[in-house]
Amino acid sequence: MNRERKAFSLTGQGLSLGKKLLAGPYLVWMTGFIIIPLVLIVYYGLTDKNGAFTLANITAIATPEHVKALGLSLVLSFISTVICLVLAYPLAMILRRRGVGQKSFIVFLFILPMWMNFLLRTLAWQTLLEKNGVINGILGLLHLPAQNLINTPGAIIFGMVYNFLPFMVLPVYNVLCKIDDNTVNAARDLGASPFQTLVYIWLPLSLPGIVSGITMVFVPALTTFVISNLLGGSKILLIGNVIEQEFMKGSNWHQGSGLSLVLMGFILISMALIAKYDKNGEGSAF
Amino acid sequence: MKKKMLVLSIAAAAAFALGGCGGSGTAPESSGGGSGDKDGGELYVFNWGEYIDEDVITQFEEETGITVVYDPFETNEEMYPIIEAGAVTYDVVCPSDYMIQKMLENDLLAEINFDNVPNVDQIDPDYMKMSQAFDPENKYSVPYCWGTVGILYNTKRLEELGVEPPTRWADLWDERLSGEILMQDSVRDAFMVALKKEGFSMNTSDEGELQQAKQALIDQKPLVQAYVIDQVRDKMIGGEAAVGVIYSGEMLYIQEEVASLGLDYTLEYVLPEEGTNLWLDSWVIPKNAANKENAEKWINFLCRPEIAKANFEYITYPTPNKGAFELLDKEMQENQAVFPEREALWNSEVFSYLGDETDAIYNRLWKEVKSN
Repeated sequence: MNRERKAFSLTGQGLSLGKKLLAGPYLVWMTGFIIIPLVLIVYYGLTDKNGAFTLANITAIATPEHVKALGLSLVLSFISTVICLVLAYPLAMILRRRGVGQKSFIVFLFILPMWMNFLLRTLAWQTLLEKNGVINGILGLLHLPAQNLINTPGAIIFGMVYNFLPFMVLPVYNVLCKIDDNTVNAARDLGASPFQTLVYIWLPLSLPGIVSGITMVFVPALTTFVISNLLGGSKILLIGNVIEQEFMKGSNWHQGSGLSLVLMGFILISMALIAKYDKNGEGSAF
Repeated sequence: MKKKMLVLSIAAAAAFALGGCGGSGTAPESSGGGSGDKDGGELYVFNWGEYIDEDVITQFEEETGITVVYDPFETNEEMYPIIEAGAVTYDVVCPSDYMIQKMLENDLLAEINFDNVPNVDQIDPDYMKMSQAFDPENKYSVPYCWGTVGILYNTKRLEELGVEPPTRWADLWDERLSGEILMQDSVRDAFMVALKKEGFSMNTSDEGELQQAKQALIDQKPLVQAYVIDQVRDKMIGGEAAVGVIYSGEMLYIQEEVASLGLDYTLEYVLPEEGTNLWLDSWVIPKNAANKENAEKWINFLCRPEIAKANFEYITYPTPNKGAFELLDKEMQENQAVFPEREALWNSEVFSYLGDETDAIYNRLWKEVKSN
């Protein structure tokens, strides 16, 4: 008995040691790629060139040009998030009803472009939207007037929606798949109209997916600088472009880090707001 | 973009190591096994991307037995922190004028021993004089390439618009060119255009003059199609815009490309009357160089006329080497876009380093232009 217990506890120890070893790579990963860079950004953001403590890099967000850039970023990323949601939700509903083979094929189609680098895809859109680009070429062949497509806020929103749509489709689709058909049928049996079913059954039950979709679209859209550079002709300054300029052209890492911290603050606030709604949604659903 | 990010992170790591690890630990690793069988030692070269004929490097290695480790950089601003941190010790670097001045002011450069660089007499004295703007006694740098910034225009497109070819920077404010202008997306270059148009020096640090230039850029913005850097070349070849601000060194490539594509328009280059930016990239030796004598051999080798000519033919940026210039055929020598006459450059200037505070003002004003 005694011996048995001893042996048991030995294996238990061995197991926990093994588990700890398994966690090792993640620990290294998190320290090396998350904690140290964050500490560096906080350090740079809160110091000046001589290494003295300062809040100037943070308060710099209040200057008119920075406020404008931040405001514009918030507006553009909000619009593209809404568009993504409006496009993705019906698509996810359709996908849910398809047979297994069709389903995975359509999902595959959505993921396929992501096999190619996002920078290249955006560059390709530049060629398509240009004044002498493919789209205007086709319009010209049809004797339609050429459109001024590139270097506008619309082109930037388009680029964001194009690049981030799969990140909205997939989480929404995953959640919708888990909703039991019987729940929906019960609602219809009890006399709910399709609209009522949508508002009281579909939306509340799929809220977690919507929330993670919004986060995955809104955050990269808010911080992007490549899309606005390539499709906006660098004429439209987003907060991401400001930070890029500080690092790449101004050699001012302190200012760039300070503004990054402010941006992180905005992301945290928006995520907290979303998380609050998420909780309420889940609470009322169950 | 990715490449730049990588360099940034390397630089960040370097800065945080505080140079403690010295040259041996983080020196570029591409030196490889070649160093064993050659006894000439090593040479670490840091140069702009696509800024040398690769055969020249091979020839140098064969002649001297020195193993060359060659790394490229993309912007002066990217190069500077790497040299400053000193974690990677390069023996010879090729920055631009104002950056050489900044490096000098921060005591990062070593004096060149010109006894080891006899071929320096092949460099046209005019360019040595031009160098004095940033290297007052010609002790630290040897010119490698130079050039101007000007306006490239599409003759056919201008005809369609009914606009006469531009001759001045002020022509880039012509409202008939709305949506047809490509400007440079870099702070100093964009301000250079506006400052010259307003009749100021491109090296001003006067807040009032800068404000006036900023206002000019804001006024111009609705007319501008896009702010771009390297894309000017391809967009102009593609006929996307009527006029663009461009570096003169791109001209040979553009002329060849337009000819080989059989396009129905021509692209011409003009030096604006108000004067422009005259730039110079020169070889310098960092203070912490481990192979200074090899670096001097390298510079001496590149000053040899045939070598300078080979490089010119590859890079197509004008060479300050008078020996190489004489080896070129007459048609090339008379190509005004590549080798403009001296008289046309009387009111042009070389960028100088204005100090961190003035740089910060330029950056802030540029953001105001962009966010407007």
